[in-house]
Amino acid sequence: MSILVDANTKVICQGITGSFGSQHTKGCHHYGTKMVGGVTPGKGGQKDDNDLPIFDTVRQAVEATGAQATMIFVPPAFAGDAILEAMDAGVRLICCITEGVPVGDMVRVRAVLDERNFAARGADSQHARELFTLIGPNCPGIITPGPKTGEGDSARDPYTSSGCKIGIMPGYINTHISEAKSGKSVGIVSRSGTLTYEAVWQTSQLGMAQSTCVGIGGDPVRGIGHIDCIRLFEDDPETDAILMIGEIGGSDEEEAAAYIKMHVKKPVAAFIAGRTAPPGKRMGHAGAIISGGGGGKPTGTADAKIEALQDAGAEVALSPADMGKAMARALNLG
Amino acid sequence: MKIHEYQGRDLLASFGVPVPAAAVIDNLEAAATTYKQVTSEAGTNLAVVKAQVHAGGRGKAGFVKLVRSPQEAEDAARFMLSNKMVSAQTGPEGLEVTKLLIAAGVDIAHEYYLAITTDRATRRHTLIASAEGGVEIEKVAHENPDAIIKAPLHPLLGLQPYQAREVAFRLGFRGKQISQAVNIMLNLSKLFLAKDCSIAEINPLIVTPPSSSGTGVPPVTPTSTSPHPDGQVLAIDAKFNFDDNALFRHKDIQALFDPTEENPAELRAQKFGLSYIALDGNIGCLVNGAGLAMATMDTIKLHGGEPANFLDVGGSATEEAVTEAFKIILADHAVKGIMVNIFGGIMQCDIIAAGIINAARGYENADGSKGFKVPLVVRLEGTNVDAGRELLKNAASDLPTLQAATDLGDAAEKVVAAVG
Repeated sequence: MSILVDANTKVICQGITGSFGSQHTKGCHHYGTKMVGGVTPGKGGQKDDNDLPIFDTVRQAVEATGAQATMIFVPPAFAGDAILEAMDAGVRLICCITEGVPVGDMVRVRAVLDERNFAARGADSQHARELFTLIGPNCPGIITPGPKTGEGDSARDPYTSSGCKIGIMPGYINTHISEAKSGKSVGIVSRSGTLTYEAVWQTSQLGMAQSTCVGIGGDPVRGIGHIDCIRLFEDDPETDAILMIGEIGGSDEEEAAAYIKMHVKKPVAAFIAGRTAPPGKRMGHAGAIISGGGGGKPTGTADAKIEALQDAGAEVALSPADMGKAMARALNLG
Repeated sequence: MKIHEYQGRDLLASFGVPVPAAAVIDNLEAAATTYKQVTSEAGTNLAVVKAQVHAGGRGKAGFVKLVRSPQEAEDAARFMLSNKMVSAQTGPEGLEVTKLLIAAGVDIAHEYYLAITTDRATRRHTLIASAEGGVEIEKVAHENPDAIIKAPLHPLLGLQPYQAREVAFRLGFRGKQISQAVNIMLNLSKLFLAKDCSIAEINPLIVTPPSSSGTGVPPVTPTSTSPHPDGQVLAIDAKFNFDDNALFRHKDIQALFDPTEENPAELRAQKFGLSYIALDGNIGCLVNGAGLAMATMDTIKLHGGEPANFLDVGGSATEEAVTEAFKIILADHAVKGIMVNIFGGIMQCDIIAAGIINAARGYENADGSKGFKVPLVVRLEGTNVDAGRELLKNAASDLPTLQAATDLGDAAEKVVAAVG
């Protein structure tokens, strides 16, 4: 089991003929993801390098392939439009990898997303899960590892049966529960891309599997957040524990800590990046900044987040090299 | 992207927000005549001379001065144009000032704070207002949160008149001030949305004393000279920040960019798609991803070292960009060692490895010799890692100071030990 995606999830790529889109469609296809096609306006009717059909519109792609998920690689100026197009075509899981999407565009897209989900919930209040789930933008994507079959180009580019990788993360670092010595599966949610890989790698090295990893992205306005993922992991019977990776800036981690304290019974480990970042400096992407370094009390600092998480009973790794160890401690693995 | 105060004033005026008469000068000779022109337009002898730099702390540094005669205006201008401004935000080396704003002085009955920014928690652009203006708003927010009024902008409709009215009443505006304040808020909202701002701040927004038409200042826009029996609402200082991701659709805002306000190394990095921030330590860092870059800095510090920079090569860096990244790191002479930490996802390890080798082969030391002299600790993992490691192994003779590290902790330990 897993959250949001599994072996049966049919996936298309918006921007399939671009350099990143084609490279990572191939990567996902090789990992065993059910890639069923892609979209590039004006190239409908052609095939890509993996012999996948290309469509002019998302609607055509969905009608022809039954796709339930999409990964978006279009340039930032068109990413908001691509998300709206996917939603309008009924694609339930939208994963926007694109980096550099204007915040103003995401404010509008997010409003449409919330409105649609609200309308859907109104019609069926029993429907706990959102109708549409947006992951990103500016994120590595989502992966539910499958067992490695021994096939594939190399150990670093393995083929898995029943794995689903949507996005840009390296597949080989992930571990399926059947391959995990500890017999424990960890759900990972992270605001940072490469730091997610680090966490996956460390947990794999220590004999843990991952049920699903979600890179939620670092932009100030985005889709799914820490709390959404933590709730899904808490409800997923095959996730044994949760590893959350946050960053300085905003108050998402503090809110997640409050949620964990109230609602989460599974073991939780966490890491917050940016303890040594100076206030007022934006660290790389729009999300990571400690604000109010002047007269007021700085907000969004790593220390405030760490304190909140410790108070919620989470095992917090103070060094990023110890994320895996913190998870093992929380799981009482020897 | 930030802009200067005078550019912000022009922008406000073009959206119908009234600002006092003012002009910009870039030489001492213009100071006296500009003072006369600005003050006579406004019917006052009071003016303020303000250095046009992005950094804060101007007032304390003596780079904002009230003047009452052409001579005083010239003296203030001479001081600002011939001295470097040093404040908490500029660092000890200070900042050269090349442009001054000379604005007509205004009688102030009350100061307010008004801004729009994106609230991450509600995912809405939000108007923030306070009747305690002119001071640091973060301090107000911290010490007296009730003094802060917030109104969310509808994502599609923007700020609505009823919201602006409500805020105006709560701020304590009365009589004809109310419609003036409402118009300013609505126009600020239009500006914010039209130009993809990340911050649009008026601090202070002021109201002149009632019936002060004689000493009050006619606004630049709208061009009205009618008396203001209830006082006039004016924007005195403006601060803007624009969403860098949206600049592609705002050529007019791009044109306001002032490269002299930026750190040259950070600017150079930007040209290659690198995100670089200089810090005070001696260990140079080259990492992919902002989160991992911050985590790498944290690890170095935990091992007792001090990072010299934050450097995120991003996901789409070319070999050329990686080579450039090394040049930028080594241009900081405080750097005594370099730690490369790459976990390839979209970034491929072999591209990083090739960039390292190219950079080492092409790097010229002060004594004319080639190659890196500082210790170099490299940790590679992720996409194409085998190809990357192979490249580094085969180029061992070009990289005499190279140490390979197995993981993040190992890499930090090695680089901290190497710099001593």
